[in-house]
Amino acid sequence: MFAHPLSRRLLSAAPSKHLRSVVTRVAVLNSTPTSLNSPPPQNDQLSSEPVTHFGFQTVKESLKATRVAEVFSSVASSYDTMNDVMSFGIHRLWKDHFVRSLNPGRRPGGRPMSILDVAGGTGDIAFRMLDHSEKANGDRGTTVLCADINADMLREGEKRAIQNGYDSNRISFCLENAETLDSIPDNSIDLYTISFGIRNVTRIPMALRSAHRVLKPGGVFACLEFSKVSPAFLDAIYQQYSFSVIPLMGQLVAGDRDSYQYLVESIKRFPSQSEYARMIRDAGLVNVGKGYEELTFGVASIWKGVKPLE
Amino acid sequence: MNPLVRRAIRRTGPQVKLLREFPKVVSASRFAPFTSLSRPPPNYEGHVPLTVPERGLLAVGSAVMSLLNPRRGDLIAALGEATATPYFIYRLRDAMLSSPTGRRILKDRPRINSTTVSLERLRSLPDGTVGREYAAWLDKEGVSPDTRSQVRYIDDPECAYVMQRYRECHDFYHALTGLPIIVEGEIALKAFEFANTLIPMTGLSMFAVVRLKPEERRRVLTTYFPWAIRNGLQAKEVINIYWEEELETDVKELRNRIGLERPPDLRKIRAELRARRRAEEAARESAGH
Repeated sequence: MFAHPLSRRLLSAAPSKHLRSVVTRVAVLNSTPTSLNSPPPQNDQLSSEPVTHFGFQTVKESLKATRVAEVFSSVASSYDTMNDVMSFGIHRLWKDHFVRSLNPGRRPGGRPMSILDVAGGTGDIAFRMLDHSEKANGDRGTTVLCADINADMLREGEKRAIQNGYDSNRISFCLENAETLDSIPDNSIDLYTISFGIRNVTRIPMALRSAHRVLKPGGVFACLEFSKVSPAFLDAIYQQYSFSVIPLMGQLVAGDRDSYQYLVESIKRFPSQSEYARMIRDAGLVNVGKGYEELTFGVASIWKGVKPLE
Repeated sequence: MNPLVRRAIRRTGPQVKLLREFPKVVSASRFAPFTSLSRPPPNYEGHVPLTVPERGLLAVGSAVMSLLNPRRGDLIAALGEATATPYFIYRLRDAMLSSPTGRRILKDRPRINSTTVSLERLRSLPDGTVGREYAAWLDKEGVSPDTRSQVRYIDDPECAYVMQRYRECHDFYHALTGLPIIVEGEIALKAFEFANTLIPMTGLSMFAVVRLKPEERRRVLTTYFPWAIRNGLQAKEVINIYWEEELETDVKELRNRIGLERPPDLRKIRAELRARRRAEEAARESAGH
């Protein structure tokens, strides 16, 4: 209706510097809100390769991981600034509460824990775990393994570990895909955490099954993620804020609107609290209570599961 | 009416009628009212239709952030796009339409980047030509033609092209006037562009004088701003220069054709002042011993 044939050539000649060239908008297919909470189309019409969602776009399953990795390479260095700007610093309170409620560290008479923090590239949660073990439980033996799909985020994390003086025998970093966790042996982890990472995973059930595999029997799975806001009027304000203000902040602070557009779209795509609790149950983990605890009116939630003893 | 526009009308003869008719001001949104949750499909690749409050926020935010950090070229670009409508970008597009060369540029829609403009070829042109001056200036200042961001926030595709063209020609304006890329030179050039193209962002950029040292500010206000306003108004519209065809023209001849005088060489003035200050310091030190 509005596009002229001439205009499609308009900006195609010049190479595009930013992520824009990667995160291009497939306009007509996916901008309708009605298709939002329905499952992604199973198959691409043109080829028989399965497809999935990338924010509001539809992409081949095999490509999603690469594109997510590119988003995070783009945001790695300004990650913390953007988190502070987007959540007005509240993300720090969420993470502190998350770690405190898990109470990592050796119990009196027990052994140090081995903790796996997935998609924790910059080390936010990992450092909090180590601090809590040491200060609350007097435990310097608990180890954290930080796994992430993105090497740039890991590099940021390693840099910070050195800057803040964390021993390399307490924290280590490795490049892993949450869906497979290839290099991590079965039944080896006491506490598996994933904080603001699960919504970026292509196949969430696979990631949950991997979590089940690497956890020791009795081990705890804990997930901190954005969720659905409950009272409808608050949700309306929240959506408006997400889709207007956050990409704008991305442009102003980080110079990258598209990555933050992807982030808010991926939040909207993520299943509801009870739906995700059901997925955790389906992976073989036992839900704790109703399965989740809401924070800040449901802007974020903590889901916990326990691997049953045989 | 803006006094600058009034003077422009007085000085550019045959274009008087068209400018006085006031180009058709299309309303800020050509779309039915929409929200950020249900944006209409883009008009061109990379287009993001913004609502009026979003456009206002973008304008204010990018103005503040680019004042704090003038090296954020992408924010200056965003400010330009957010403040270009209503009226100003349409006026510029109509100025292009009222000139035969401008019409040809709008029809061909040429782009300036490292693939369309061959720097080796430009370096091999004779001294004093536009192409040679442009290549020499790029080399001296250490910049490349690829650093311009894409236009995203202007709804009409033709006006988006006009803004993109203005952005890509900016380096040619540097080469034409000889102003360097230091903040002082950029502000002087923006003043010239404001007087010539009336893009609001260029006018707002003039406020960046508050970031200059007092001596630089005095120099800009007393020498360069008067030069810029006088020449911007008396010269022909620089947006209508088909740069790709003028690469082998002599620079002085092009300046005469447009009606533009060269400003005092800013780098030379600064170098001389630095040398003089250093000589005075040395003299003072040796006198002190």
